[in-house]
Amino acid sequence: MPIMSYIEAVTAALREEMERDEKVFLLGEDVGKKGGVFKATQGLYEQFGEERVIDAPLAESAIAGVGIGAAMYGMRPVCEIQFADFIMPAVNQIISEAAKIRYRSNNDWNCPITIRAPFGGGVHGALYHSQSVEAVFANQPGLKIVIPSTPYDVKGLLKAAIRDDDPVLFFEHKRAYRLIKGEVPADDYVLPIGKADVKLEGDDITVITYGLCVHFALQAAERLEKDGISVHLLDLRTVYPLDQEAIIEAASKTGKVLLVTEDNKEGSVMSEVSAIIAEHCLFDLDAPIKRLAGPDVPAMPFAPTMEKFFMMNAEKIEKAMRELAEF
Amino acid sequence: MPKNRHQSLGLTDQDVLNMYETMLLARKVDERMWLLNRAGKIPFVISCQGHEGAQVGAAFALDKTKDYILPYYRDVGVVLHFGMTVKELMLSAFAKAEDPNSGGRQMPGHFGQKKNRIVTGSSPVTTQVPHAAGIALAGKIDKKDFVTFVSFGEGSSNQGDFHEGANFAGVHKLPVILMCENNQYAISVPIQKQLACEKVSDRAAGYGMHGVTVDGNDPLEVYKVVKEARERAVRGEGPTLVETLVHRLTPHSSDDDDRSYRTKEEIEEAKKKDPIYTFASYLKEIGLLTEELEQNMQTKIASIIDEATDYAENAPYAAPEHALKHVYGN
Repeated sequence: MPIMSYIEAVTAALREEMERDEKVFLLGEDVGKKGGVFKATQGLYEQFGEERVIDAPLAESAIAGVGIGAAMYGMRPVCEIQFADFIMPAVNQIISEAAKIRYRSNNDWNCPITIRAPFGGGVHGALYHSQSVEAVFANQPGLKIVIPSTPYDVKGLLKAAIRDDDPVLFFEHKRAYRLIKGEVPADDYVLPIGKADVKLEGDDITVITYGLCVHFALQAAERLEKDGISVHLLDLRTVYPLDQEAIIEAASKTGKVLLVTEDNKEGSVMSEVSAIIAEHCLFDLDAPIKRLAGPDVPAMPFAPTMEKFFMMNAEKIEKAMRELAEF
Repeated sequence: MPKNRHQSLGLTDQDVLNMYETMLLARKVDERMWLLNRAGKIPFVISCQGHEGAQVGAAFALDKTKDYILPYYRDVGVVLHFGMTVKELMLSAFAKAEDPNSGGRQMPGHFGQKKNRIVTGSSPVTTQVPHAAGIALAGKIDKKDFVTFVSFGEGSSNQGDFHEGANFAGVHKLPVILMCENNQYAISVPIQKQLACEKVSDRAAGYGMHGVTVDGNDPLEVYKVVKEARERAVRGEGPTLVETLVHRLTPHSSDDDDRSYRTKEEIEEAKKKDPIYTFASYLKEIGLLTEELEQNMQTKIASIIDEATDYAENAPYAAPEHALKHVYGN
């Protein structure tokens, strides 16, 4: 099976979907000739031409809004927002339009758009090239939000997003782009949106997370294993709507739950995960639910000292895991 | 004998009579909705009154068998021409389950009906301009020859989405007709406090598109410029911004009282240019609209509206739990 980087899996999924269905087209800043600022769309302009790999004017609301129009017509647009931090001008289009089109038209119209955006920190991106923005959208019924952690999941979930009949926000961790590699089947496969994935089966503590933090948690779990502490690790993969069943099952299994996100703590996706566990698993819990998250400051600073302080890593997770195991 | 102005535009006598009848129908539906609102039967009305000439003139210049329209909340005249029925408008006003726009989910004036290519809209203004560009882009990729028509008010032409959508359509030379129904007021704020340029159509130049301002009380003038805009679009020459100058003959909506920000005299003056009367005068002067014909139209329209009102009033609401349906398709 070929080994691919996380970003190569993005490109592969886009290429295969464009080859499969001529209604799929790409729209975004620098996605054409340049192949994207991260090179996620490299080679696609040459293969599919400027009519299907469109360099949009620098205006995010139009990137989303034009995509929404095309999707309502019946196309399968994949719009790229260059950095998740820059999605804010498009929030009205995403929340007031894409999320509500099926509902407000009583199922007459729908909006099968995929909006991709690199998010997350640890790349010296400072305040406006590091943010996690999923919580902004994670209480908007009508939207689906996918955040894959592995190249295998990237390909299968991005294909699923493109084929989905409703709007999907697809957030890719930019530090994972070249850091994370893994096996990706060359054949066509899709993974179900809305389903979490058990990465480790364990008995002592449960860790629930998503995105790059899955890898930090795996590293930490490996260290704990040497000391005889067994970790059950759940990768959410879809952060809205949440896979409640999988969350309840994972939390109940060990009764000690650590929730990890790189996002600011208050109002994060993990706050909702915590609420689900509190509602359903109270009598299975052996310790208070613990959230490990970024601090509640506006965003990640530029200086390496402060960036490291904000950013999640395996050491922080390991420390929190040990505390929970000892509780 | 007064001059026949429609023949040279390619419009037959029957065409212009149909235009007048659609304008009159839009006006009468609107008037009935106000009565129903004041009688406490429907919660909200937002009016087309004063805009009918611009709306119907434009709609008749489009191809209603293939063009996509993205109307704004006042466009009763546009959607009527594109196939929405009076009964359907009334079902929307009464928020009944059978309302094709939204099944009673949205306020009236939020049009949408896929079978007639009337694209669903929301309340935040001008979000539909990028959608019009997107549908036109899709048509271009799909090698189709339709155009998209998108309308909005002059206040809305300040929104970022107007500028972002217009720019996208301009850069990609998309077949989009952007039509502003400039009634001089964004609720209470007059145009002098909305725009620093003289005309909304001045904004076209910034996006490399043709811009034109016409008298929106004259459906023939509007027909002419929208027809030309459609021809340019189909020839691949890109979008056009059409500004129609109209008057809003009612308050902004049934929840607004315009006496606090404009004078009675101003409205009286506007009423003298009411497109329903001025177009009727034209049709009478050239001998097309006889008293008998007008009477027949009035009777026919009254009966359509009566029937639609009764039907909608007696139609069932959606079941409460229907509120849970259609969040996602799967």
